[in-house]
Formats: sequence, C-alpha cells, structure tokens
Amino acid sequence: MSNVGIVIVSHSPLVAEGTADMVRQMVGDEVPLAWCGGNGHGGLGTSVEAIMGAIDKAWSEAGVAILVDLGGAETNSEMAVEMIGEPRSHKIVVCNAPIVEGAVMAATESSGGASLKEVVATAHELSPS
Amino acid sequence: MAATDFSRLITAAADTIAAHADELTALDQAIGDGDHGLNMKRGFEAVRAEADIFSAKPLPEALKAVGTKLVMTVGGASGPLFGTLFMALGKDLPAAPDRDGLTAAFGKAIEAVAARGKSQPGQKTMLDVLQPVYEALAQGKTAGEIADAADKAAEATVPMKALRGRASFLGERSIGHMDAGARSTALLVRAVAEAIEGN
Repeated sequence: MSNVGIVIVSHSPLVAEGTADMVRQMVGDEVPLAWCGGNGHGGLGTSVEAIMGAIDKAWSEAGVAILVDLGGAETNSEMAVEMIGEPRSHKIVVCNAPIVEGAVMAATESSGGASLKEVVATAHELSPS
Repeated sequence: MAATDFSRLITAAADTIAAHADELTALDQAIGDGDHGLNMKRGFEAVRAEADIFSAKPLPEALKAVGTKLVMTVGGASGPLFGTLFMALGKDLPAAPDRDGLTAAFGKAIEAVAARGKSQPGQKTMLDVLQPVYEALAQGKTAGEIADAADKAAEATVPMKALRGRASFLGERSIGHMDAGARSTALLVRAVAEAIEGN
C-alpha cells in the first residue's frame, strides 16, 4: 500500500485498540494501520519493542505517522524510531497531536494519498500552538 | 577493559538494583506509577543473564549492547532513558579510555539522555545525579568521592519540584520525595565506582 501508515501508541492497550477501531470505521481500510499499548507485562505502559513491531506492521514506503498519548509513549516512540535506524527512520514521524483525533485526522489525510508531511501537518493542526 | 572486569561491573550494577528494588518501587509509588524498582530489576537481570556475551565485546560495543538490552527489557520511560545513557556512552567512549576520554563520553551521554527526555538538570530527574557525577569526573575526583557526590545529588532531589515525567503531574506534591530515577542512578554510580576501585 502506498498510503502513509498510521501507528497508534497508548499506555493502555484498550485505548490503542479502540482508537484503531475508530480509524478503521471512520476512514476505512485504505491506510496501513497498527497499534500497541501496555508495557508487555500486563500493566499500563509502552514498550519500545512493541512500537517497533507496530511500525513494521504499518510500514509504507510513503512513511509512517505515529500518534501517542502521554509522555512516556512519546519517549519510547522516539527511541523505537532511532533503533529502527536509517534510512527508514527518516520516513517516520512522532506527531504532536491528541491521540484519537490525531489518528483519525491523519488517517483521513493519508487515505487520500497525501504525503507524510501533509499527514503530519494535519495532525499537528489539532494541537494548540 | 578486560572481559572479567566488565562482567564484574554488570554483576555489581545488577546486584545493587536487585538489593534496592523494593526501595526504588516505594520511591516511585510516592510520586510516580510505582513500577521503577521492578522495571529496573527486570532490565538489569536481563543484562546479567547475558553478561558473558556483553563482556566478550570491546568496551564501546559492550556498552551499546547493554543499552539496547535495557531499552528492550526495562520498559516504561526508564528503559529508553537508561538505555540511551549506556548506548551514548558506548558511542563516544574509546576502547581503552583514560579519565579525559571517559569524562568527555559521559558528558555526551548526559546530553543524549537530556535530549531523549526533553529535560535538563533541576527538574527532579536522573539528570540531577548525572550532572554532578560528570563534574566530579571532570575535577579528577576519586571513585569514592564520585559515589558520594551521586548520593548527595540524589538526596538533593527531595526538595525539588518535578517538571518532567509522571511526577510532574503532581506539581507541588512532588516536593518532599526523592526522585526514583535519581536514586537508581546514584546506586549504579556507586556500584560501578566501587567495583572499579576494587581493582
């Protein structure tokens, strides 16, 4: 698929899965989509390994936009991007946007064939500057 | 550094984290989410389990591998932060570092941690221990003095107000508790310093 991929990273697997459900129902299947949540040991949190796996699953040559919830999700997502390394890391952006609205808006933009830059910009518009 | 030495450092680090896991968890319960001790123990036990593999590598590669293992096993926000510390150290450390080489690499590693956490000293984090340790290194202090400086710096996070991490949600209420990440950093510094001095 050549549309930009969307990855949803929440501390809670329920939030991540629910957000992905909303994207699928509201935007459809035209967008590569993956989610992860939880610390990998049954608790709340995020796991770098799981984020790397989600990026692989949603991978698109057009790039991947990651939507996160709280601080640790952002830190861990940035770490995951760094560990994936070049050249793919240049095509992955951690968005500064609310997770649910950001994921739906970014996926909507992506489904129309927009570039990674456009997808990210659409998500960022949701954040107070 | 000989393989046996690096293996001893790993053992010392994992031992101190295991011995203080409950204390770290209690600190984290006060102002965080209460998983720091368990997370750090899981990470350092995973490092201990592969100590022979790490120790067989040249020092910079060994540190990078330890950092990667911590990222993958500690979890939470601490995994990437402690992992970055070791990975960045490995990136900048010469294979046979002298004090100047160690100090320079340590400085770079602190910058990497600060960038990863979007933080700086004074915000009640592990950086509040790392920075004084860097200064003590630069001033040519002994291993014992460096370990003392780390303990003192961890204590000094008690009256601070948290500005980063989950503790920052508590605002003023974070005052009066030691930062768990600062404490675990001081524990690691002492363990490594004492292991090196014991040579």
